[in-house]
Amino acid sequence: MGMEFVALSLPPLLIGLFAAVACALPGNFLVLRKQSLIGDAISHVVLPGIVVAFLLTGRVAAWPMMLGAAAAALVAVVLIEAIRRLGRIEAGAAMGVVFTAMFAGGVLLLEQSDTSSVHLDVEHALYGNLESLIWLEATGWSSLLDPAALATLPAELTRMAVTLAVIGVLLWLFYRPLKLTTFDEDYARTLGLPVTALGLGLVISAAVAAVAAFDAVGSIIVIAMFICPPAAARMMTNRLGAQIGWSVAFAALSAVLGYVLAGYGPLWLGAQNAVSAAGMIATVSGVILAVAALVGPHRRG
Amino acid sequence: MHGTLELATQDGRTARDGAEASPLALRGMTVSYGDQPVVFSVDMTVQEGAMTAIIGPNGAGKSTLLKAALGIVTPLAGRATVYGQPLAQARDRIAYVPQRASVDWDFPTEVLDVVMMGLYRELGLLRRVRPRHVARAMECLARVGMQDFADRQIGQLSGGQQQRVFLARALAQGADLYLLDEPFAGVDAATEKAIIDVLKDLKSEGKTVVAVHHDLSTVQAYFDRVFLINRRRMGEGTVAQAFTAAALQATYGGRLAEGQIAQLALDA
Repeated sequence: MGMEFVALSLPPLLIGLFAAVACALPGNFLVLRKQSLIGDAISHVVLPGIVVAFLLTGRVAAWPMMLGAAAAALVAVVLIEAIRRLGRIEAGAAMGVVFTAMFAGGVLLLEQSDTSSVHLDVEHALYGNLESLIWLEATGWSSLLDPAALATLPAELTRMAVTLAVIGVLLWLFYRPLKLTTFDEDYARTLGLPVTALGLGLVISAAVAAVAAFDAVGSIIVIAMFICPPAAARMMTNRLGAQIGWSVAFAALSAVLGYVLAGYGPLWLGAQNAVSAAGMIATVSGVILAVAALVGPHRRG
Repeated sequence: MHGTLELATQDGRTARDGAEASPLALRGMTVSYGDQPVVFSVDMTVQEGAMTAIIGPNGAGKSTLLKAALGIVTPLAGRATVYGQPLAQARDRIAYVPQRASVDWDFPTEVLDVVMMGLYRELGLLRRVRPRHVARAMECLARVGMQDFADRQIGQLSGGQQQRVFLARALAQGADLYLLDEPFAGVDAATEKAIIDVLKDLKSEGKTVVAVHHDLSTVQAYFDRVFLINRRRMGEGTVAQAFTAAALQATYGGRLAEGQIAQLALDA
């Protein structure tokens, strides 16, 4: 039991957990700034960049994919601005057009390319490959203390843990100015706060979380975690600090419960196969949001 | 009459129109949104220790002028000095009370927390909040009569109470110059009285108050000086000098009823 759990379930469970929390943390501020669709946007826009990076390098590696994602994000920003100005339409509509078009382009590129040798396909883009991120060298709980075995941990786990740590530290460090600029941007400016830089930093942090999570868990979780845990947390409290705490708890609960339900739920119901962990994690977060909206102590309206 | 007069001071620098000492001096302030100029080449010299009302019709650029003075919007041209210094070096001496409607009051925070935001420049990123900080914020809440609401979520307050919280936040900054954007808009009579009492206290402490004001009937009761604007500077001076029927007619044009102007002029 111990060996099987540590080797097959612990790594994907932790990756899902770290990815969920890393997206939920900046999601708190994005939701309050009414920018929550940025997470949605980023996770769609980066797909063609990641595919092009794969086509150029021929392998699924972290750095080329990060660079490809960053380049795609840059192209998206330029396109949105160009469409907004030349077409004279509002920013929201320009964004909607660019995101869907770029995601569709990414899907087409994927289908045309020979990705049979690696697990990079449309399903991967949506659901990730959480279940396949296993730790083959693990022989049991003692492997967690064995340097040789630890060195063979899935790279996604290390990457996601580092991403979460960096985002956590940045939010802790800049909590006061972020809160102030999110609540009252004009006033924050009169105190001399770098309002524009803070807003840009927040979006960049969200983008880093989205791209890091994208590879392991796919865009479904990213989109859900930016919005569902923070939105549910808002209905549990009237204090921002407590809201962030609730959002972390909800994201963790979604990840763990979603993973377990996807792996064992169908078996309990008599079905043969497990369902997608990423899909189940996103579904659980949606259910949490629905419950909070129905019975949360501080829901509005 | 003395628009370009320059006075040499003893150390050889020049002072124009007393801008050297003025809490807030604007020169050639020009702001546009898109290609539409909103404020055009406005000069303003705020007198220290006075309460000044900025008045003018809707869309005259009153709020925009304040925002340009505070660096919230970037002017196309012109400059602002605060006590003779560039704004960036004088931020500790200036406090802003934005329009109440400019923020989302559903934000997850409580009254005391909002007032503590006024201490941000003192607290910085990570400095611990001490009991003396909380005591100062509570004192500012008491000055606006809101000490019993410290733990309330800000969305549960009435409009007038929200306005008072914003004023308390500005008081917490301990500034010398207070810039308020429509502080009396949509507030109840009790709040209006509470706010004007605080502003008059500030004046008696030697502080300077500038407020965008829309209710012409209270200008004489509340303020010492007026600044008239309609895209351009239309007049500036004491209430007796500048708040005249002719100046109002010029500033508001046909938008102010004849009778109203005659009534105001009669009162003056």
